[in-house]
Amino acid sequence: MAGNGDQTLKQTPLHALHLELGARMVPFAGYDMPVQYPLGVLKEHLHTRAAAGLFDVSHMGQVRLTGDDPATALESLVPGDIRGLAPGGQRYTLLTNAAGGILDDLMVTNAGDHLYLVVNAACKDADIAHLRDGLAGRAEVAPFGEWGLLALQGPAAAAVMARLAPGAEAMTFMTSRKLAVAGIDCGVSRSGYTGEDGFEISVAPDRAEALARALLAEPEVAAIGLGARDSLRLEAGLCLYGHDIDETTTPVEAALTWTIGKRRRADGGFPGADRILAQIQDGPPRRRVGIRPDGRAPAREHTDVVDGDGGRIGAVTSGGFGPSAGGPVAMAYVDTARAAADTPLGLVVRGKTLPGRVVKMPFVPHNYYRG
Amino acid sequence: MSTIRYTEEHEWVSVEDGVGTCGITDFAQEQLGDVVFVELPEIGKQVKVGDEVAVVESVKAAAEIYAPAAGEVVAVNQALVDDPAQVNADPMGGAWFFKLKLADAGALDALMDEAAYKSFVEGLD
Repeated sequence: MAGNGDQTLKQTPLHALHLELGARMVPFAGYDMPVQYPLGVLKEHLHTRAAAGLFDVSHMGQVRLTGDDPATALESLVPGDIRGLAPGGQRYTLLTNAAGGILDDLMVTNAGDHLYLVVNAACKDADIAHLRDGLAGRAEVAPFGEWGLLALQGPAAAAVMARLAPGAEAMTFMTSRKLAVAGIDCGVSRSGYTGEDGFEISVAPDRAEALARALLAEPEVAAIGLGARDSLRLEAGLCLYGHDIDETTTPVEAALTWTIGKRRRADGGFPGADRILAQIQDGPPRRRVGIRPDGRAPAREHTDVVDGDGGRIGAVTSGGFGPSAGGPVAMAYVDTARAAADTPLGLVVRGKTLPGRVVKMPFVPHNYYRG
Repeated sequence: MSTIRYTEEHEWVSVEDGVGTCGITDFAQEQLGDVVFVELPEIGKQVKVGDEVAVVESVKAAAEIYAPAAGEVVAVNQALVDDPAQVNADPMGGAWFFKLKLADAGALDALMDEAAYKSFVEGLD
């Protein structure tokens, strides 16, 4: 609540701009980050779904993998099909551990002569150590260090990019290319964390503020903080590492089996393959599901989920109010027997059991551009 | 003329004829952000100082509202349940939460007056 005088927090290249824009800053993953701007979380959320929002995600880790065959090397640490990525192609995958748990979720791009990775801020130091250890002798792991990463998200994002980076609007979801944006050299991918169409733009730290100002100067674009980033990704059914997925959840339990390609299911060869492939075959004991509480009361993280007899069947891992869904939404892990859509269940909020039901995610339809 | 008192939990209580009208301060609504859910107590509920009486939730967070004094709940502002955004728009006026028939009106003298609350809030920055 009070102002933060912690000098040990790191700053992104846009820190001064956030302060100039009147952001409320909070510590997040070791960085001093904007949780909201004067517009407020609710309006920032709705603006992103209606027009375009600009997010500073420079706290995330950007990493280059080089070597003779970095794709084959990386496949020894992730269950995703990395070798099958065409140049410019991007894929969502997971770093798994020997028990089949998830160390982090990440984006991997085939950048031609190297692989480009984006990992979570809170995990990046551990990820880099894990990659260096696991890929030793097969691939070089080169973190970008402090670098810029901006996300432009929303239905107007493509029109904005068409003005500043002609050609960007023709890119399809989960592809990447080098482009000048407002005259600034960038790595641009058509991806994001809101469920909306949009772009993530990697930029040198000394040009990041100029790029952000050019994007914010477009009439559709507003600066959006971490608060709305969280409500947007929750409505989109996207996992937040450390909450919806962690070292104790497998990709199958997390309903991320879709990230494991056919060849990888057949051949294995990634950490925890025994357990993960057995769960694909036999079904997991629990599953990540979407839940809509019937009333207006949000069911937040750690809320117990119970069956009709009051027996505990799971817990909420992310929950809150969905501004576009128009009511509370939650993700939870529940016993597989209770994971089917429309299954009624109870949510224990402040000692009272409130009714709700399992629903298919996303809570708000995805709006990706697939060409 | 009523007296307004403030708690360190950022509630206000305005007392008139032994009945305290309670709400959250402008600072509290500002910190919470957009309010999306309000839960109010049952009329007739007896509360002690510091009891959790109501709940207010924003997109970001949930917060409890505590009884600033002992008494009986004699009215609740049902309009907030239907339109929680009123808490942001008019926290010190129309968006009161509940009214307490105070067991001892003198108990509020221990709470902060406006000047004391103002410096309390300034001390938080």
